[in-house]
Amino acid sequence: MTAVLEVEGLTTRFPFSGRRVPIVDDVTLSVGRGQVLALVGESGCGKSMTALSILRLVPKPGSVDGVVRLDGREIQSLPVSEMRQIRGHEIAMIFQEPMTSLNPVTTVGAQVVEAIRLHEKVRKPEARGRARDLFGQVGIPDPEARLDAYPHQLSGGLKQRVMIAMALSTRPKVLIADEPSTALDVTIQAQLLELLRQIQRDTGMAILLITHDLGVVNELSDHVAVMYAGRIIEEGTREEVLGSARHPYTTGLLRSIPALAPRGEKLAEIPGVVPSPDQWPEGCRFAPRCARAFDPCPERVPRPSGLSDSHRVCCHAVAEELAG
Amino acid sequence: MLAYVVRRIAYGVVVVAGVLLLLFVLFFAVTDPNDIARRALGDKVPPDVIEQWKANHGYDKPLWPWQAADNLLFDHFRRMVTFDFGRSDADDAPIVDRIRRGIGPSLVLSVPMFAAGLLLGVVLALFVAFFRETYIDAAGVFVCVLAMSISILLYIIGAQYVVAKLLHWFPISGFDPAPDVVARFLAMPVLVGVLTGFGGDVRFYRTVFVEETSRDYVRTARAKGCGEGRIMLWHVLKNGMIPILTRVVLAIPFLFTGSLLLESFFGIPGLGSITVDAINGNDFSTLRTMVFIFSLLFVVGQIAVDVSYSLVDPRVRLE
Repeated sequence: MTAVLEVEGLTTRFPFSGRRVPIVDDVTLSVGRGQVLALVGESGCGKSMTALSILRLVPKPGSVDGVVRLDGREIQSLPVSEMRQIRGHEIAMIFQEPMTSLNPVTTVGAQVVEAIRLHEKVRKPEARGRARDLFGQVGIPDPEARLDAYPHQLSGGLKQRVMIAMALSTRPKVLIADEPSTALDVTIQAQLLELLRQIQRDTGMAILLITHDLGVVNELSDHVAVMYAGRIIEEGTREEVLGSARHPYTTGLLRSIPALAPRGEKLAEIPGVVPSPDQWPEGCRFAPRCARAFDPCPERVPRPSGLSDSHRVCCHAVAEELAG
Repeated sequence: MLAYVVRRIAYGVVVVAGVLLLLFVLFFAVTDPNDIARRALGDKVPPDVIEQWKANHGYDKPLWPWQAADNLLFDHFRRMVTFDFGRSDADDAPIVDRIRRGIGPSLVLSVPMFAAGLLLGVVLALFVAFFRETYIDAAGVFVCVLAMSISILLYIIGAQYVVAKLLHWFPISGFDPAPDVVARFLAMPVLVGVLTGFGGDVRFYRTVFVEETSRDYVRTARAKGCGEGRIMLWHVLKNGMIPILTRVVLAIPFLFTGSLLLESFFGIPGLGSITVDAINGNDFSTLRTMVFIFSLLFVVGQIAVDVSYSLVDPRVRLE
């Protein structure tokens, strides 16, 4: 697997009660060509911030450290003007809120045309023609007429399709999809995921899919990384993580899903709540809620233990099992 | 949209009628027409002169409809609605002529002031919004609040003293409509008008723009590789124009009425001066005409704001 997008030691800090707290802490990821990596976690665990950090779109007063490689080229320290050439051109992103993510006073066609013309020297009529083709490609009915529609005239599902068309417009190498279907109703969700899968098959684009929905992970992803309180705590292929998860948090998550939980049993829940970033414990951040926590957990950060070439878990309990 | 505008005009008629009624109560019911005559003629005039003056100005009728069919209230409404404003109480000059002569000087002062103020306000606001939460932004706050805190009278007197009296750059006051010299007379009042207005404008526009920069569509624009300059000038400005329009379009009708203080201090014979002179000279008939015209323009401005909304914001439909 050749990695298109590699992230190493990505750390994003925000000031929190007088300290700079790493909301994203030492995150390492890699997405291969034609692969879908799902980044999974609860709301507020830092998934979206990870995506924004990759594109250096973290709002002030956040700061980002770490290495980001696109096709082997380090991009984290590029000047802003060159970074702008990467955004939307080589790495495109779609967001969770299709309702508000489009400019309300500009036609959707003009917004796609803008995306094309920001990166390629093409004339407006030509860009418009491409926008129309893209609209057709992402399944927008009557694309020619829809080019001149304003966002408020389209449904949520159509708006998200416009966002996808915009993201695809310059044939990016990587698509970051931040909860692309969360705000939509269930049937539209399924259509949209199908569309993403089809696009990914057709274009061979790498997708970093950010979601909290393990059903979506199961549908779409090749690899899965599970995030908790700013850190990646387990990663592996879809089968490894969904089928033989080892981290107590991941297993807890899986047991709390009706479709995946054993029949006839009460759904499990993970006790407690995710602590806020200024109250994260020193060692393993899941320790206070973990049934298997023991001596080292609250003090030392667990290092990743390899279960296979691809499957890694950050857990003292798992590490001890493997050792002994 | 047409139905909406017609309905708004109907509301406007009610508003203007209310203004006219209030004017009548204040000018003729609270103040007796005899007082008006005495103020115009002086205290020591015989009663027959006063009666004669009242007859000349049409103030000799009974006030209310229940007193006589030919009464002052109906007369007041009829005159205003038909734009038959009559003669000034102060010097018997026809009011319509005076207004016709005043509109020109008012417009040559207020239009450049409005255009320069709007341009300066939007450009400065975009600038400080671009540098939001930096020292430039903080300096902008300081300058704006300072400009807002100083009274317009100080600007006027300061400009007249420093620029005109000490530096002799421009005349202290006066007006000459000849195209080659008119700018010399307008430079100072325009400058003072812009100075007094820009502080509040910039603060307001900045708030609008900064709020827009935190919207999701701006994040989308950044994610597709849009530069900050283009974001400000294309995405943010276009969305920010919606709240800004309220302020701007509402001000347009009042370009005709001129500025009360600037015109009277700089000796510009526009509608603002006429109004101030009418107030100082107890000229009721001129004053009621000016108030009536203000209220008409206000109603027109309100409707223009609604219509302009539907032009810049595709989400707004007038129904």
